[in-house]
Amino acid sequence: MKQTVLVAVGVVIALIGASCSSNSGTSEEVVLMTHESFAVSDGVLEAFTEQTGITVTVLRSADAGTMVSQAVLTKDHPVADVMYGIDNTFLGRAIDQDLFLPHRAAAIDTVPESYRDPEDRVTPIDFGDVCLNVDPVGLADRGLASPSSIADLADPEYRGTLVVEDPSTSSPGLAFLLTTIVTFGEGGDYPWQAYWRDLVENDVRIVAGWDQAYYGEFSGGSGEGERPIVVSYATSPAAEVYFGELDEAPTAIVDDGCFRQVEYAGVLAGTEAEAAAGRLVDFLLEQTFQEDIPLNMFVFPANRETPFPDLFTTYARSPSNPIVMDPSFIGENRERWLGEWATVVR
Amino acid sequence: MRSRRSLLLLAAIPVAYLTYFFVYPLVTILATGLLPNGRFATSAFVDVIADPAMRSVAWFTLWQAVVSTVLTVILGLPGAYVFARYRFPGRSLLRSLTLVPFVLPTIVVGVAFLSFLGPGSPLGLDLRGSIWAILIAHVFYNLAIIIRGVGVFWEQIDPKIEEAARTLGAGRIRVLREITLPLLRPAILSSAALVFLFTFTSFGVILILGDLRHTTLEVEIWRQATAFLRLDLAAALAVLQLAGVTAILLLYGRARKRETGDLPLLPPAEVARRPRTAGERLLVAGTLAMLLAIVVTPLAVLVSRSLSTADGIGLANYVHLINPPRASALFVSPFDAIRNSLGFALPAVVIAGTIGLLSATVIVSGRGRGGGVFDTMLMLPLGTSAVTIGFGFLVALDRPFDLRSSLLLIPIAHSLVAIPFVVRSTVPVMDAVQHRLREAALVLGASPRRAWREIDLPLVARALAVGALFAFAISIGEFGATSFIVRPSTTTIPIAIFRLLGRPGTFGEAMAMAVVLMVITAVAALGIEAIRGNRTGGV
Repeated sequence: MKQTVLVAVGVVIALIGASCSSNSGTSEEVVLMTHESFAVSDGVLEAFTEQTGITVTVLRSADAGTMVSQAVLTKDHPVADVMYGIDNTFLGRAIDQDLFLPHRAAAIDTVPESYRDPEDRVTPIDFGDVCLNVDPVGLADRGLASPSSIADLADPEYRGTLVVEDPSTSSPGLAFLLTTIVTFGEGGDYPWQAYWRDLVENDVRIVAGWDQAYYGEFSGGSGEGERPIVVSYATSPAAEVYFGELDEAPTAIVDDGCFRQVEYAGVLAGTEAEAAAGRLVDFLLEQTFQEDIPLNMFVFPANRETPFPDLFTTYARSPSNPIVMDPSFIGENRERWLGEWATVVR
Repeated sequence: MRSRRSLLLLAAIPVAYLTYFFVYPLVTILATGLLPNGRFATSAFVDVIADPAMRSVAWFTLWQAVVSTVLTVILGLPGAYVFARYRFPGRSLLRSLTLVPFVLPTIVVGVAFLSFLGPGSPLGLDLRGSIWAILIAHVFYNLAIIIRGVGVFWEQIDPKIEEAARTLGAGRIRVLREITLPLLRPAILSSAALVFLFTFTSFGVILILGDLRHTTLEVEIWRQATAFLRLDLAAALAVLQLAGVTAILLLYGRARKRETGDLPLLPPAEVARRPRTAGERLLVAGTLAMLLAIVVTPLAVLVSRSLSTADGIGLANYVHLINPPRASALFVSPFDAIRNSLGFALPAVVIAGTIGLLSATVIVSGRGRGGGVFDTMLMLPLGTSAVTIGFGFLVALDRPFDLRSSLLLIPIAHSLVAIPFVVRSTVPVMDAVQHRLREAALVLGASPRRAWREIDLPLVARALAVGALFAFAISIGEFGATSFIVRPSTTTIPIAIFRLLGRPGTFGEAMAMAVVLMVITAVAALGIEAIRGNRTGGV
């Protein structure tokens, strides 16, 4: 028995020792906290290390919401120096909590003014649009044309065609809710709540996550379901072409009611490596990283001087009038909106 | 009888482990949520308890867990019996397959279920968003717990007892009711408790197959903590969840106390035989048909999806896994994913096996001396929300060692879920061998240590193998708090599946990766069966 005990104690000590020794690097190190969809090609972060002598360790959270909660909880003793991937729907809350130290990125002038934080607490790195995606074949089978606006979806002829994500569990779902709030407004004859009541009346299907909506319920592209209209991204048709090795896009977007998601990076308050963290934020906005963004994360680089890859210029149609919302306005109202949405659809 | 001092010494390791990796993080995160400014946030509790929506969440959580558990036990017992008592072609393979659902990510299972229970159902049933879809999925996931947890015990009950009763004129039903079920009671209670805790804290099944109106406390805690960033409400709900789990565990502890004393257990040996009579064959065939319907068919759907490609049936999805057509930084070689998954599973099994076995010894030797309380505490991590534990790690484990982003935290998080499995599968067997065999040995002059090594251990080994297999499955399926910690970029098989399902165009590859996960689980289960077979073959 004693032997078992000794072996167990030994294993635990050895494991703790192993885990601690791995943290003690000799060169300067910054830790980058991001979400599960973060992707960067081999050699890109290494280029940063070559330029600056700073090594980057990447830590991943499940999604942006989880990441912000984690950063709030560890505010006094952060697990990372830089956060990347927080979007404008979560930014308001993070700003309220004073999560970030101001940092003016070297290339900040290349970023459209409307994305920038006036106090430079966060730096825009990429953007993308949440749009309705349609399956032209599935719609034609039902004798329907592609809707020209999100208002069409409340029309009885589109009954049973739409699948959306729950805004309280999904980021594109929240983007679509915000779209409806901006489009229909909070007051007047036909406020957003009335629109959602009509969607429910029209048999909208609401599921928990993007994967379930797109693969489980959507009939277009690689979707396995039966509904021809889904809330997804403006770049989803291009991704279908790319990953499915196709010559033309099997799906299309509806150029109305698209919501622009901007993803930011920021230096976390409480970091012990503020200068190095700032250098990493600078790097995220430089060409090397910006050029790598589109084909890895299927979003657009925020630096206007970055060329898009052919795939994007051919297949990723950028919506003409995306909705751009002020992060602090979202932050102030999101809980109330989500609560009201829940009472309308349940 | 082991002395009090050595018992305390033995208890020190599991108690220290669980205190540091469970109690301390739990208390710290609840305090963070409920004492935002150093003052108790009474309003969070009032908000939760006064809100009829939250009350209905609590009620739904409880009743769906009770119904799921009862259904799983009813459908699992015939399987446990048939695998324990009968030999038939394909027995090992089928028993191994029953473990496979346990490890599959819910999003993958959701896909398989949609093809039966969705609009294109061959049965003509659209059960999406209904309670039935949730109950069926809970049975699908948890059947293995009953089949193995009860089965390992059933194997060791001497069939001669039942035969003797039959010879004395008792009918089949009467033997079952008055002899077999009372003997199995501890094992059934143990396994049912595990199923209850899993379904009480159900998350993915509720989100994916439920109707979003009915959610569990687990889902609500997650929603409050990550979507609303209301850590106070999340903490109040977590306290409610813990209170519910503790109350149920106390009831379970009381029920367990009324156990029969000495059980006539056989030493590990094969009691299974071929079915002889027509009735036996019918029973075996009926049970297998049920298992095929509930367990094997959804798995077959996933395999067929992984083989379906743009050009018909083929292996293209598997080829793409190894050699993707387009460069992507999210690409991870399936071999790396397998290596990473096994790299976490191995330490998880070692930790859970060691801590679990030590704990079981303490529980069994410490009956009447706090062993029962300890037993209850061990089960708590299973009934605590994954968000609570994951966020607890983040707020508590930064000193003296900063373990928050350590790779080690992953097998530790898995072990918290796995330890109860090791304990639950070993305690009933250890209890049964405890008095009769050990005391007989002590009378004959063996030292307690020798008695433990030579008598308890071989008998317990087979139960431990079952516990270890579940620990492996729990780790390879990435159970528990690992979704809520910040992880280094070490891609495991489930994470690879999520990534493939996180973008358009790679559905088939995700299905292929899920099949890889299925095969690894089935192979591990077959491996355990083979080891058990060798060990017991010669006895």
